[in-house]
Amino acid sequence: MPKRTDISSILVIGAGPIIIGQACEFDYSGTQAIKALKEDGYRVILVNSNPATIMTDPEFADATYVEPITPEIVAKIIAKEKPDAVLPTMGGQTALNCALKLEEMGVLAEHGVEMIGARADAIDKAENRQRFREAMDKIGLESARSGVAHTLAEAYEVLERTGLPSIIRPSFTLGGTGGGVAYNKAEFERIVKNGLDASPTTEVLIEESLLGWKEYEMEVVRDRNDNAIIICAIENVDPMGVHTGDSITVAPALTLTDKEYQIMRTASIEVLREIGVETGGSNVQFAVNPKDGRLIVIEMNPRVSRSSALASKATGFPIARVAAKLAVGYTLDEITNEITGATPASFEPTIDYVVTKIPRFAFEKFKGAEPTLSTAMKSVGEVMAIGRNFKESMQKALRGLETGLDGFNRVTELEGKSRDIITAALSKATPDRILNIAQAFREGFTVEEVQAITFYDPWFLRHIEEIVYEESMIGSEGLPNSADELRRLKAMGFSDRRLATLAVRSVGVAGGLAETQAKRSGLLHDALRAMAGATSEDEVRKLRQKLGVLPVYKRIDSCAAEFEAITPYMYSTYEAPSFGEPENEAWPSDREKVVILGGGPNRIGQGIEFDYCCVHACFALSEAGYETIMVNCNPETVSTDYDTSDRLYFEPLTAEDVLEILRVEHSKGKLKGVIVQFGGQTPLKLAGALEKAGIPILGTSPDAIDLAEDRERFAKLVNKLKLKQPDNGIAYSEDEALAVAHRIGYPVLLRPSYVLGGRAMEIVDGDAQLINYINTAVEVSGDSPVLVDQYLRDAVECDVDALCDGEQVVIAGVMQHIEEAGVHSGDSACSLPPYSLPQDIIDEMERQAVALATALKVRGLMNIQFAVKDGEVYLIEVNPRASRTVPFVAKASGSQIAKIAARVMAGEKLADLPKIRRDLDYVAVKEAVFPFARFPGSDPVLTPEMKSTGEVMGIDRDFATAYTKSQIAEGSVLPKSGTVFVSVKDSDKAAITASVQQLVDAGFQIIATGGTAQYLSEQGLPVERVNKVAEGRPHIVDKISDGEVALVFNTTEGWQSHKDSQSIRASALEMKVPYYTTAAASAAAAQAIVSVNADELEVRSLQDYYG
Amino acid sequence: MAFLASSRAQPQDATGVLVLADGTIVWGRGFGATGSAVGEVCFNTAMTGYQEVMTDPSYAAQIVTFTFPHIGNVGANTEDVESRVEGAVGCIVREDVTRQSNFRSEGEFVEWMANMGKIGLSGVDTRALTRRIRLSGAPNAVIAHDPKGRFDLDALLQRAQEWPGLEGMDLAQRVSREHQEDWEGGYWRLGQGYGAAEREGKPHVVAIDYGSKDNIFRNLVKAGARVTVVPARTSLEDILALKPDGVFLSNGPGDPAATGEYAVPVIKALLDQDMPIFGICLGHQMLGLAAGARTAKMHQGHRGANHPVRRVGESWGETQDLVEITSMNHGFAIDPDSLPEGVEQTHVSLFDGSNCGIAITGKRAFGVQYHPEASPGPQDSFYLFEKFVGMLG
Repeated sequence: MPKRTDISSILVIGAGPIIIGQACEFDYSGTQAIKALKEDGYRVILVNSNPATIMTDPEFADATYVEPITPEIVAKIIAKEKPDAVLPTMGGQTALNCALKLEEMGVLAEHGVEMIGARADAIDKAENRQRFREAMDKIGLESARSGVAHTLAEAYEVLERTGLPSIIRPSFTLGGTGGGVAYNKAEFERIVKNGLDASPTTEVLIEESLLGWKEYEMEVVRDRNDNAIIICAIENVDPMGVHTGDSITVAPALTLTDKEYQIMRTASIEVLREIGVETGGSNVQFAVNPKDGRLIVIEMNPRVSRSSALASKATGFPIARVAAKLAVGYTLDEITNEITGATPASFEPTIDYVVTKIPRFAFEKFKGAEPTLSTAMKSVGEVMAIGRNFKESMQKALRGLETGLDGFNRVTELEGKSRDIITAALSKATPDRILNIAQAFREGFTVEEVQAITFYDPWFLRHIEEIVYEESMIGSEGLPNSADELRRLKAMGFSDRRLATLAVRSVGVAGGLAETQAKRSGLLHDALRAMAGATSEDEVRKLRQKLGVLPVYKRIDSCAAEFEAITPYMYSTYEAPSFGEPENEAWPSDREKVVILGGGPNRIGQGIEFDYCCVHACFALSEAGYETIMVNCNPETVSTDYDTSDRLYFEPLTAEDVLEILRVEHSKGKLKGVIVQFGGQTPLKLAGALEKAGIPILGTSPDAIDLAEDRERFAKLVNKLKLKQPDNGIAYSEDEALAVAHRIGYPVLLRPSYVLGGRAMEIVDGDAQLINYINTAVEVSGDSPVLVDQYLRDAVECDVDALCDGEQVVIAGVMQHIEEAGVHSGDSACSLPPYSLPQDIIDEMERQAVALATALKVRGLMNIQFAVKDGEVYLIEVNPRASRTVPFVAKASGSQIAKIAARVMAGEKLADLPKIRRDLDYVAVKEAVFPFARFPGSDPVLTPEMKSTGEVMGIDRDFATAYTKSQIAEGSVLPKSGTVFVSVKDSDKAAITASVQQLVDAGFQIIATGGTAQYLSEQGLPVERVNKVAEGRPHIVDKISDGEVALVFNTTEGWQSHKDSQSIRASALEMKVPYYTTAAASAAAAQAIVSVNADELEVRSLQDYYG
Repeated sequence: MAFLASSRAQPQDATGVLVLADGTIVWGRGFGATGSAVGEVCFNTAMTGYQEVMTDPSYAAQIVTFTFPHIGNVGANTEDVESRVEGAVGCIVREDVTRQSNFRSEGEFVEWMANMGKIGLSGVDTRALTRRIRLSGAPNAVIAHDPKGRFDLDALLQRAQEWPGLEGMDLAQRVSREHQEDWEGGYWRLGQGYGAAEREGKPHVVAIDYGSKDNIFRNLVKAGARVTVVPARTSLEDILALKPDGVFLSNGPGDPAATGEYAVPVIKALLDQDMPIFGICLGHQMLGLAAGARTAKMHQGHRGANHPVRRVGESWGETQDLVEITSMNHGFAIDPDSLPEGVEQTHVSLFDGSNCGIAITGKRAFGVQYHPEASPGPQDSFYLFEKFVGMLG
């Protein structure tokens, strides 16, 4: 059955901002889907509020709407574009929920829009717990004992059947938000209440606990002919009880016999049939009792998901692309498997390697939140690694995580500890449990003991135990001196760096002396090396090279070598020389090539924006005629799609792994150079090692990047250019820090000298707070000083993005932040062009940007942050590399700045490349999106430490409208009436008055705490005083909790008032009341409320804006 | 692509070796039975079901290269066995076999291999070997295991070179049952194992055993038949004496042309009597030969559990063009160009267009090249057993 010709235009709904549980895997799926539909000549209309996505690039869809994904707004797009069909299965839960709502509202029927990919009834059947359970009963599949509750009383009735511990899952929420495991009645009640709140249908499912059971996921694809195939079986290493998104997983399933596997396979297909998923990809989750194989269906997602992205990358089978084709009528046998180019998509991929996924967490960002894992997802990213065996795959994944691990690093907190302490550590599901397990083996635990505590399958545990055993052998014997022995170790996935660390231990010199000597040179060092075999990563590499122990590259071909693969999608492994030389399938070409290093696993501060830049580098350099080679290890991304680059290496971004790839690519053709400036900090950190190895680095020199990051070198440059920086100093002790702070004057901004995403930054207002910071937040010593900066309170912060080819500088965009300086730039809303800055200030910032770019000899992109206070421009920071703002500027201005930058880096001149659009007759506002709701106990306040996971863009003819859209897109529903709670610090009182007046005029009631209430009434505003929490009840939190407050303006000064007001923000967050924690954002919100009627918002495509 | 012949110099820990007839020597670590065995080296891409593969008589005189690196994870049990006769003589795996972890396991795979007299070789770049088979065909070889690592390479090479190969070899006789057997076993269910076959009042299928997998009989029972299994060389008279309602032709090893010499006349006679017939794999090829088609050795056989097969022809009605994911294990196939008038192609491989099923026009006789009984592999094709049993009586 060929494609449908009765439809010609299709609306694709995206997933919106990156949030926990819904990350850039939906950019990957949406981008694939749009490409697949365009290939077949359909007109594609896209809605997605996330400007950092590849799919919203204007050249992908025919009409791209960067608009909020709400049913109301999407209805307007439908009315305007009149698509024949809507494809809701590519944009995660956001798109499904939106489509269901549109169906319910009658919008689809009214405009004659057909839902393709999944019917509304199938979606409902899959997502409605009760209906799903009935469906499973009907086909004879067992579900966990459970019941649905809409009230607490109903919940207690269900509890009688399930018993404790029980699992609570809210209906229709993302990544299980609001769910959890309850071990006692108090916990049960709390989680049920949260779950009922979180569920849009006020419904929770309460289930018998399957804690400790094995967990599996099956990725299934089905077409309209009822052909169904399994793409991949994923086995969770973490047993049931930890959300699959937070679990370490492997592919394929490793501990099932064929009989058990086939039961699961047949069951998964039957689930799709019964639910009625006629076309497309779905994922079905199972729990298996390890004692008797009893199989229980957990849930199914009738759409592409995070695990379909993982399964696609793990097998080479492009699930989203295929699902899109199936949605428009093709059958599986009509679609070609592009990896082989010769076989159809109607087969089941088989693999000859092991894939491991490890999630990455960000608990350190959310002080107060407990770092334990449960059924609600909390991870912010993931790494995938491929090896020829479990050990290699696992150890590659550990080092690819970039959390400082080289493998199974020792857990020093557990070293030599009592069995009770270790048992307690093992019993907790934490992000580091796998490391604790390895440590337990070092401390003498047996596999059986660890299994009894963790419920990990013994098969996995034995491999970890074997790794620990090998480590102990190296730790006592040093490194082997034979090729076979060293290869044997490398084939287990040991990194050179880990081997060096272990080898140094073998020398047995007490008290870290060996470690110290290992870093030096001279006779002692040579003796040490002679004993250990090698003492550093470099020496291990040299030893390997001397012995000829080198990795080879194998292809991911979806068929275990049964057919020839035409797509160069590769991973490294250490292979036995079974046929003379170990077989290497890299087969580098003789073309001129550029290697682009990606950003690794997503984390807060480094996410999709950098992947966007890397993908654009690939596209641009490919257009310029180079062969593009991508290296990355993040399975969620577009960059790791096999058709983004000419060649793809799915490898950890460590010096060892990257240098080995470059060795192979260098062996043939011409290596033009490596791009390290597009993937965030990850590739930048490798610049030194690459330069040392003589690898050309394209674009701005790493030295210039270092200059911009080195305070002393940078200060010299700033002085030379006669620019102004906030006053600052460096302190190596508490006393020095106090001295610097006194010299500069409070408030000051404190941070450790090495910073990523504003980690551990804090603004302090006095000595006590400074001392507390020094003692709790950082380790200050001779090696790691703390940096002290003058904090420009209430300054306006700006971002400027510029391009430079070494001669000419072009400004790409100037963004004015809404939140004042001091809030991390990644967490601030911002407006392009600036919405309230005088032209002379903008000109001055642009002048400084040009001066800096020229002085730094930038070749490519540069981002500068300025603070403007009292008409004065202060230089905050310069990053001569791609920054987080690049995709926003590109989307707002309609200029492909990342592509232009990539071509400049390859040697072209700006004069020869497309011009940047600066003269905009509209405004774009970026707003950040936060995961506070996932971290109970954390304070949802904005600080210099970045906490947002994603961003949205609102675009319209004026600032207020664009800002309103950004708020809707972010999920805040700005009220039209009701009560506003105002509590602001003294310095904000004057600033907030006008906004409060506006809201009063618009009919809002105002309540405020003592000081603010008094000030506002003195200004003649009607205001009712309300108790602070410490002033007795009923107080403000009671009012918020009772739903009496529609909007919160709450700014704080100083440490104490900040702590006092935490419960206000927490209750606002819980009650989903929009809250603003800065005066500037409060003013923007007030302006938006009074001047914009959300019902009258208009929608307009980017293509139309760009003209 | 040229392969470097590997070194005759024996690595220190090598306790196993594979010597190909072209002189290539592949060192590794031996496991399972000791000694040596000769056969054709093939590969199988299934990720589960190694025990079933090793006990499938179709693999007689073959050494199976498992493309999935971890084999042995789930140990060995007495249920996941497809025959009590000779199956594959050995296997080659990438990783050393680990200890088992599975609730159904009754022992370690390594010990099971030893008990079954099968030789294993680990530590081999099985992907390189698989690519070699794909590019230059399945080689003849000797696999050897000696815990002390003593090998007479010249003797092993000579044995590999002198082995005549599968072409022209009638292995069915070697692995077929010696005596007639009333099949008693039923279908496997989790937690209950194999049930007992209900024999009363069921249509009677006489199954000719050319090297059959037990799961075929279990599937026939599940579809509602009573099964009597007879040896490969059972005469037409003896078959008819059992008063069959239908005759089943099993899978089996070796060259169909060789087995066909005695099997085809019997099948022809059954066809003439309008006996309902269902053939699987070698049995399918026998049916094809009996109907006048030819078989040929494939350059690279099909061995895996992920092979797509499309139903072709009008006779399928609504389910025409439906794709089944199938388990396959064959190195010979019916040449679709040789199908005479009256023989319809019913299934084709979507991987290479090779024949995967035929039906004889006007008769109740059909066959498939793949393994609808699965074990290992997907269970998409059970309908064929139902179809056959539905034709009886």
